[in-house]
Amino acid sequence: MTTINANTPMEKMTSGGDIYEAGNAREFKTGDWRSVKPIFLSEKCKQCGLCFPVCPDDAIPVNKDCKREDFNYDYCKGCGVCAKTCPFGAIEMK
Amino acid sequence: MSIRERLSGNEAAAIAMKQINPDVVAAFPITPSTEIPQYFSTFVANGTVDTEFVAVESEHSAMSACIGAQAAGARAMTATSANGLSLMWEMIYIASSLRLPIVLSLVNRAVSGPLNIHNDHSDAMGVRDAGWIMLFSENNQEAYDNTLMAHRIAEHKDVMLPLMICQDGFITSHSIENIELEEDEKVKEFVGKYQPEHYLLNREEPIAVGPLDLQAYLFEHKAQQAEAMKNAKKVILEVSEEFEKMTGRKYGLFEEYKLDDAEIAIVCMNSTAGTTKYVVDKLREQGIKAGLLKVRVYRPFPVDEIADALSHLKAVAILDKADSLNAAGGALFEDVTSAMYVKEKYVPAVNYVYGIGGRDTKADDIEGVYNDLSEIAKTGKVENPYRYFGLRKEAK
Amino acid sequence: MPYNVKEVVANKPSRFTSGHRMCAGCGAPPAARMIMRALKPEDHAVVAGATGCMEVSTFIYPYTAWTDSFIHTAFECAGATLSGAEAAYQSMKKQGKLPKDGETKFIAFGGDGGTYDIGLQSLSGAMERGHDMVYVCYDNGAYMNTGIQRSSATPKFADTTTSPAGTVIPGKMQSRKDLAKIMVGHHIPYVAQTVGYMNFKDLYEKAEKAIYTEGPAFLNVMAPCPRGWGYPTDMLMQINKLAVETCYWPLYEVIDGKYKINYKPAKKLPVEEFLRPQKRFKHMFKPGNEWMIEEFQKEVDARWQELLDLEEITNK
Repeated sequence: MTTINANTPMEKMTSGGDIYEAGNAREFKTGDWRSVKPIFLSEKCKQCGLCFPVCPDDAIPVNKDCKREDFNYDYCKGCGVCAKTCPFGAIEMK
Repeated sequence: MSIRERLSGNEAAAIAMKQINPDVVAAFPITPSTEIPQYFSTFVANGTVDTEFVAVESEHSAMSACIGAQAAGARAMTATSANGLSLMWEMIYIASSLRLPIVLSLVNRAVSGPLNIHNDHSDAMGVRDAGWIMLFSENNQEAYDNTLMAHRIAEHKDVMLPLMICQDGFITSHSIENIELEEDEKVKEFVGKYQPEHYLLNREEPIAVGPLDLQAYLFEHKAQQAEAMKNAKKVILEVSEEFEKMTGRKYGLFEEYKLDDAEIAIVCMNSTAGTTKYVVDKLREQGIKAGLLKVRVYRPFPVDEIADALSHLKAVAILDKADSLNAAGGALFEDVTSAMYVKEKYVPAVNYVYGIGGRDTKADDIEGVYNDLSEIAKTGKVENPYRYFGLRKEAK
Repeated sequence: MPYNVKEVVANKPSRFTSGHRMCAGCGAPPAARMIMRALKPEDHAVVAGATGCMEVSTFIYPYTAWTDSFIHTAFECAGATLSGAEAAYQSMKKQGKLPKDGETKFIAFGGDGGTYDIGLQSLSGAMERGHDMVYVCYDNGAYMNTGIQRSSATPKFADTTTSPAGTVIPGKMQSRKDLAKIMVGHHIPYVAQTVGYMNFKDLYEKAEKAIYTEGPAFLNVMAPCPRGWGYPTDMLMQINKLAVETCYWPLYEVIDGKYKINYKPAKKLPVEEFLRPQKRFKHMFKPGNEWMIEEFQKEVDARWQELLDLEEITNK
């Protein structure tokens, strides 16, 4: 967990602005940017694999069986690229 | 045992680099520092160093590549002059803000324009607030010695700042003088290994370097740099002491030449100090109590020490080999006088801008400055503190 | 192993995480993430970013969206910065200062501003010197980070904030620079142009080749920008498709100087289909401006023909 924030004194901040926890942006949730929300209609999903690589925010988890799961709303910014890409109407924007 | 040699200032810098054996050198040729990468690439071509030489397409890329290399975990070095440093300017700030102890050999030359290839200090003065440690060298020996000490200072954990070693273009870079070199093994041991705590090539701990650093953070990061610069003063003295033990050659923050009992003195940097020493000796023979303070460490600026060292004088002249074009005086003049003001040490002070674009600095010119100082010492008054010498003007 | 997007995503970790701050619907992150996925999971990478949208949105102190090592220095010098890191790797590896096992790969990302324009010299130098690295340009056809100013990658007639479609001058009056061909002129082993299309197969395979070809490689990836191009955020993949199907953005690669067009549309679509959904070309559809679309089409046709010719000539 990143301990640095806007109240951290200079002595406790990393030197030169380096970050030693690669990938820690996951702690920064972008879901509140969303104005429309994708809804996953699992019954319509054929697991074709078109939706998850197009997500700019990596908000469509894929499990080890190569199947997509429900949206990760912590990060989804609601762009709708996935819904427009889905050929089966399995994603609805609300 | 030291080895006696005869070398030019550029050769001295290149040989120091060879003995340091950095992991990466990225450089672009520019007069008068060109010989440094030339000599160095010969060492690379002949396998005398382990260095990867990156023959970049510009000085901007030279500093960028040094930053990439140093952040990756390597020791990176470069050399440049004048417009080369100007082109690097953006990256000079980035190198220090990323806290990368890159070492640069700056062979001082006038910054354009108009174009001129000869010596003055306008290049160095343009980066004086960039967060680099700046060491000035009177001659080839000092250029060599400062280079050997550079990494120990820059890489110290309380410092971690880049460092540049300045010497005067052509005047020292191209003149061959006697020099004492240290043995390779002794240098290797003295310089030691670079072991950064965090670096890009550490696959066990991938790191990110060079963020977008917004309002909540940049101020603190800048203040960290300022702290490091303050720490550098102590580290420079420690390293210089250790260097003296090895070589017998003593270095401080500045050199005081017959300053103790002096009544009038000149403050200057680099090769002009040699000419000034000659004049001081001559004046002393005439019973004039002249002295010299030669600044070695320009950044961090030794404010307290310089103010103390000059406090007993009746008059002081500060020589700037670069004009600040501010209608007030040169940078060294401002630094020295503000140091004295803050320490409440009043000595009548006068500034001379001189030697611009390689204008020869003669013993007579320096003697003229001491004559002026003698006059000022009598009255205690300075009519016009912002002056020139060596400049042609219509007689009034 | 044939490409299977599901297996790639399920089995290879994302090395460009969520929590970055690129705009909703931006075309760059899916492309960059897929390029990073082309790395072997056991390999480590040093990524250099030129200042630009991607850099300022993925590494805002104290958060980084990169799981590999990342360095950003300035706008115009991702090529030089990364070449320094690569030189450090070669030197330290040779000297035994790094662990013997494990590979580190070097990948730079720059927008068209940082690549076609201000960073061209640095890129050219790095490619010419033969560093073992990949430079990826995510080309969104303007300086998007500073607010949609024209670049040399901006297509002709596009309305940008420094080439506005006015009453006298109808948008940018110059054609776009062909950067991939400039890179081919460096005689480097691998140059490719790609985009996220058909399940990212083309993009992924080219990234893999670029990363694992020894020596310098260059990838030019079209990365649509909904804000700068003026289309609804959800249309990313349709825009990509239209760019390819109209031959505005052909998919091709140049291996050791030999051109290979990776996709030839059975029926090339008229370029106006690519232009119409985008507000930056809206003025071209006003009555009396038909000549602009014609001229645009002519240029696309000429460049496509040139590519076909190059493929033929270089494979003789």
